[in-house]
Amino acid sequence: MELILGHYNYWLVIVIMMTGFYTVISHGNLIKKIVGLNIFQVSVFLLYISIGNVKDGAAPILEENISVYSNPLPHVLILTAIVVGVATTALGLALVVRIKEAYGTIEEDEIHNQDRSL
Amino acid sequence: MIESHLSLLIVVLPLITAPLVAVFSRGRLAWALCTLVCWVVFVFAGWQLNNVLSGGVISYAMGGWAPPWGIEYRIDIANALVALIVSGIAAITLPYALHSVISEIPEKQHSLFYAAFMLCLTGLLGIALTGDIFNLFVFLEISSLSSYALISLGKKRQALTAAYQYLIMGTIGATFFLIGIGLLYAMTGTLNMADLSQRLPALFEHRTIHTAFAFIMVGFALKLALFPLHLWLPNAYTYAPTVVTVFLAATATKVAVYVMLRIIFSVFNFSMIADTPTDELLLLLCVIGILVMSIYAIYQKDSKRLLAYSSVAQIGYMMLGIAFGTMLGLTATLVHMFNHALMKGALFMAIGALVYRVGSSRLENFAGLGKQMPWTFAAIVIGGLSLIGVPGTAGFISKWYLVLAAIEKQNWFVVAVILLGSLLAVIYVWKLVEVLYFKRANEQDQSIPQAALVKEAPLMLLIPTWILVLANIYFGFSTDLTVGVAERAVDMLLPGTKE
Repeated sequence: MELILGHYNYWLVIVIMMTGFYTVISHGNLIKKIVGLNIFQVSVFLLYISIGNVKDGAAPILEENISVYSNPLPHVLILTAIVVGVATTALGLALVVRIKEAYGTIEEDEIHNQDRSL
Repeated sequence: MIESHLSLLIVVLPLITAPLVAVFSRGRLAWALCTLVCWVVFVFAGWQLNNVLSGGVISYAMGGWAPPWGIEYRIDIANALVALIVSGIAAITLPYALHSVISEIPEKQHSLFYAAFMLCLTGLLGIALTGDIFNLFVFLEISSLSSYALISLGKKRQALTAAYQYLIMGTIGATFFLIGIGLLYAMTGTLNMADLSQRLPALFEHRTIHTAFAFIMVGFALKLALFPLHLWLPNAYTYAPTVVTVFLAATATKVAVYVMLRIIFSVFNFSMIADTPTDELLLLLCVIGILVMSIYAIYQKDSKRLLAYSSVAQIGYMMLGIAFGTMLGLTATLVHMFNHALMKGALFMAIGALVYRVGSSRLENFAGLGKQMPWTFAAIVIGGLSLIGVPGTAGFISKWYLVLAAIEKQNWFVVAVILLGSLLAVIYVWKLVEVLYFKRANEQDQSIPQAALVKEAPLMLLIPTWILVLANIYFGFSTDLTVGVAERAVDMLLPGTKE
């Protein structure tokens, strides 16, 4: 029980991670794939934020009477990763728009059929 | 002044150039500036390698923040060599790019194309030079995002789906890497690679470290297209504009191999791999990859796709050296990284010259062109010989070291696989030669230019191609720069194994 409740945030990370990963792999719709990718990345953000937490630690602002602080570095790192994620999503969606213009569909199997018939 | 900031300048110069050329309205001006910057960076990279060879490891504290808190650029012989390969290939590709880009990409996108190219170069050089593992992730994403954009500029609409496919797989790979970094940080509290290597050995038994290691390995195996995670590569290389294919084939996967090397031998150490089944697994995947991908290459009907599958097989050779984990094996890996950049660069450039004249990369459209374009044809023959590993070419040197490494390990099966892989390479290179030289031109098909009317490629395409071809021959005889430097780099990666 301790293993589950004590680490509930990590269990959550694993669930979200697998949900996202499964969506990327299983869906044929290009937009849904990108949504899955986003969910997958969000789980990593949560993982980093969980890592930064120090037990009984206060917010990392210098104050009197406080000696234990949470680690702010993972949060900073994940800000960078969020920016990267946004850029990836933007580029992915831009590609989907271009694919839609070129093929008239965003379903993977239909695109595949069109290319093969050529 | 310049000398003390070399490490910074090599990365920052292309980074500053990228937004600058993006606002240029004329592609030719953008091209000229990029070419200039690339050559400057190439000279700097050579200078830096020279410094490292004579003066030992350079540690550059970014912004003056002392490592391990600040970001450290740590340059030793191995990454100075990789930076030299990347900047050298960029410097040779850009003169080639001028005509090739005009023929393949709409004019109003030219300056944006060069901006993305410079960003990709920034990312690759950054990966090579940084000593901070999170910084490495950021540079990885810079180079990946710009290469997705570059690939999508290909003429055919399949380029879009290829770029999309690469984006999905590349992002999964990078995110795996990010998870690995997070777990390492949770255990050690540091992101500096030198610092990590100090703190990790005490924690090797810990399961989190094993998980982190697995995530990083799988993530990078995706990026370097190790069989069976190579699915994005053939499409991406086939449909990307020729210049992009030349540049990515010669540098991107090499840089990923370098990261693998760095993570395995500098951050972790080889005992970690030897304890887990990683080395056997790598060996197995490499062997299957070499054989299956070479056979795939034989059956391709598109010249670029043929070379792309051959690239996946060649990555198998590079990873074999890592899987051995010996002095000779790693030397073979580093030398093959260098030599493969030369031969694939030369071959893709020569194919690009054919595409420039014919407008298609399908083999059937190349029939009989060998006689019309003798210099291009000769470049393909010599590049092909180097790919096979014929004595007197660069390819022979790296295959030789790889076979020596396998013999040293008494692994006769792998020796046989390497030789068989070379025989398969003979077949797919012969396919190119046969179509170009021995096949009669197809006179009926009106959609492609008649073979008899096709002229030799322009000098701007031929000269860079031949620089790489001649380099292939030169490094087949003079091995000071390749083997000499690689051996010294390996000495440093594998302390205590020097006999």
